[in-house]
Amino acid sequence: MDLFIKFLVAAVLAGTPLLFGTAGEIVSEKVGHLNLGVEGMMSIGACAGFMAGYYSDSFLIALIAAALGGALGALVYGVLTVTFMANQNVTGLTLTIFGIGLSNFIGVYALSFSPNGTLKLPEGITAHMRSIHIPGLSDLPIVGELLFSYNPFVYLGVVLAIALSFYLSRTKTGLNVQAIGENPAAADAAGIRVIRWKYINILLGGAICGIGGAYCSMIINSGVWISNCVGGLGWISVALVIFAGWKPANAIYGSLIFGALRVLKYYVPKSYVNVPVAVYDMLPFLITALVLVVSSMHKSKGVNIPASLGLNYYREER
Amino acid sequence: MSQKESMTSAIQCHQITKTFGPVVANDKIDLEVRYGEILALLGENGSGKTTLMNMLSGIYHPDGGSIEIGGKAVTINSPVDAMNLGIGMIHQHFKLVEMFTAMDNIVLGTPEKKLPPKVLRQRVLEICQSVGLEIDPDKRVYEMSVSEKQTVEILKVLYRKAKILILDEPTAVLTPQETQKLFAILRRMRERGCAIIIITHKLQEVLEISDRVTILWKGKSIATVNTKETDRRQLTELMVGRPVVLSIKRPEPKNVATSIQVERLTVNKPDGTVGLKDVSFEIRSGEILGVAGIAGSGQKELCEVIAGLTKAESGSIKFHGEELLGKSPMEIFDLGIHMGFVPEDRLGMGLVASMGMVDNMLLKSYRNGKGPFIDRKPAKELAESLVKKLEIVTPGVETPVRLMSGGNVQKVLLGREIESNPSVLITAYPVRGLDINSSYTVYDLLNEQKEKGVAVMFVGEDLDVLLELSDRILVLCHGHITGLVDAKKMTKEQIGLMMTGSTEQEVIS
Repeated sequence: MDLFIKFLVAAVLAGTPLLFGTAGEIVSEKVGHLNLGVEGMMSIGACAGFMAGYYSDSFLIALIAAALGGALGALVYGVLTVTFMANQNVTGLTLTIFGIGLSNFIGVYALSFSPNGTLKLPEGITAHMRSIHIPGLSDLPIVGELLFSYNPFVYLGVVLAIALSFYLSRTKTGLNVQAIGENPAAADAAGIRVIRWKYINILLGGAICGIGGAYCSMIINSGVWISNCVGGLGWISVALVIFAGWKPANAIYGSLIFGALRVLKYYVPKSYVNVPVAVYDMLPFLITALVLVVSSMHKSKGVNIPASLGLNYYREER
Repeated sequence: MSQKESMTSAIQCHQITKTFGPVVANDKIDLEVRYGEILALLGENGSGKTTLMNMLSGIYHPDGGSIEIGGKAVTINSPVDAMNLGIGMIHQHFKLVEMFTAMDNIVLGTPEKKLPPKVLRQRVLEICQSVGLEIDPDKRVYEMSVSEKQTVEILKVLYRKAKILILDEPTAVLTPQETQKLFAILRRMRERGCAIIIITHKLQEVLEISDRVTILWKGKSIATVNTKETDRRQLTELMVGRPVVLSIKRPEPKNVATSIQVERLTVNKPDGTVGLKDVSFEIRSGEILGVAGIAGSGQKELCEVIAGLTKAESGSIKFHGEELLGKSPMEIFDLGIHMGFVPEDRLGMGLVASMGMVDNMLLKSYRNGKGPFIDRKPAKELAESLVKKLEIVTPGVETPVRLMSGGNVQKVLLGREIESNPSVLITAYPVRGLDINSSYTVYDLLNEQKEKGVAVMFVGEDLDVLLELSDRILVLCHGHITGLVDAKKMTKEQIGLMMTGSTEQEVIS
């Protein structure tokens, strides 16, 4: 029982960066822009957040820097695809390659100034990143451990996902945004500022991905800078969007499941199931592939996939 | 007339010019519409009607000229501007979000706050009642028929309280009965003082619904006439720029013999719903079989199953006694059964848009060449002869076909199929979006094939044409045959009733 609770807590922690990545990508895909640069935007966010935290020793500044970093990556993507109508897949892939390279480069550069050859976040900021403790609630048996004792990122992610779901499905702006993703020409003719909302959503999505990246560099590696810290989580996020059916709230349990898969290897006793560790490492990617195959087999009208996903919009097209 | 002249003008366009690269789409066009009248905008394909209307609705921006709305000079930079000026456009290709309900589509993009669904539903129904429209506000657009979709488009415009309505070919996809309903609504709007511009190719409808007609010709506005003082002949002459004979020949069928025998054929659509159900008929050589039906009644499935592109659930298709089902499209093509299907986007099936005419000819003939290399010479000769014979306008036979106008693309498609001497020719919507002149060229081509003894199946949209051109007409409704009738003995209304589900017996008695 104790082991199981530990496993669930670890799953939540491992799933949080996926939640940010997925939620961010959904926001972008809802306006019809498939941004394969999630991995890149998370990398830039990871680097920006870490470096800002390292030099300012402020959690808030680190968070803002991570969001801005991710949004900056998204801006490059937005300018190329929305304004210059470049191919979305190619642009996204390029952004991923660029983002990983850029953050590794800055990391190596910063390391060269470090006296002891490592970069470690200062004490002031790590204090903010520790698991919260709410007197009373956090002390409850089981429930306290399962619900009220995570680091602030986890709660931010859940609140964000629910807020985004509300934004997309309950507000008038959300309705307009969905219309853009479904049929930009119809939205345009109905008087919705298509270009403006595409940019807003793409940048917002990038910012959210950036925060997810900061989680990777600041929490997962306990405040020590490591190159390639995002390590493929961005790609899983892209697949999770389909798993979540383009609903940010569904991304919460989607990321939990994939988080669980990622930490499974530490919690299955060797005495019960004895398979190489590599099998566990493979699981999330295997399931991702399966999800993609199954979901593309069930192409029906009921699915939430935005109809114009991947297609650029030009008003005066003939 | 004095009353008419006293009406205030809603839109006045002066010297509007719009160019797309080297192409002048609108060349100093003048146009005036008044409140309380219906103006028909008439013109051949490429004469600039839709371009002009897109400028009024803010989709395009004019390069020159000025627009006055209600006497005030305005600039329309976006659809929002147009909406604020009270201009509402009902586009030829509906601008609706398929996944949304009727209601959501109607309020989409309006500046007001989000209304509770109850209030909104009530409002939509009120507007419906006031003009005599019918719609289920909670129905999703992808479940709607074409005429329902159009109703939603009209409601969108009315919800925004537009006083100026622009309808781009609204009747192209409607049955005669639905067209009459639409016209009744337009007349009611006119009585309420709206200004209405309607674009259509059908002269009959222009004469029926409009008060005045403005004719565009090659991007210029060449005349505006009062509908009461004009007739079909004059309008056609103005539109084409020279006198034309407006009748379709129907040579008597000779040596009629069964070519393709379809028996109890059932075909499902890709999503599993019924495409064709228990359909039996025959296509005869030396005869044109017209196929009528509302869009999506099984026409596409019928064409595709004969050409071998779709599998049948049950039944048989026999070509001179030989079973076609189970044969590959290539085997069927080699038997001489050729298909020219013109889908809504014109290019989707049959031609490769980015290839030139020569390469498109090669698609069907490269297999005839010997050796591993392609011999382009015969294809080039064929392309050049088609250009001459069918008067295809293109900068050259290697120009990508997507750069050619719709009418010319269709000539390429049909020309290629005909040139290979088919014994069965299946054409679907060959005159879709074509102007009068090109349409008649296509009709002549089909008649020529019929006289050569080819079995022709013609899937059409315009009932007037179907009645004049076909020998027999097959009417489809939801995948069932509701009538297989002699075209000479039917009226448009009777066919229209069968298209909506009445049986042959009910209609004739």
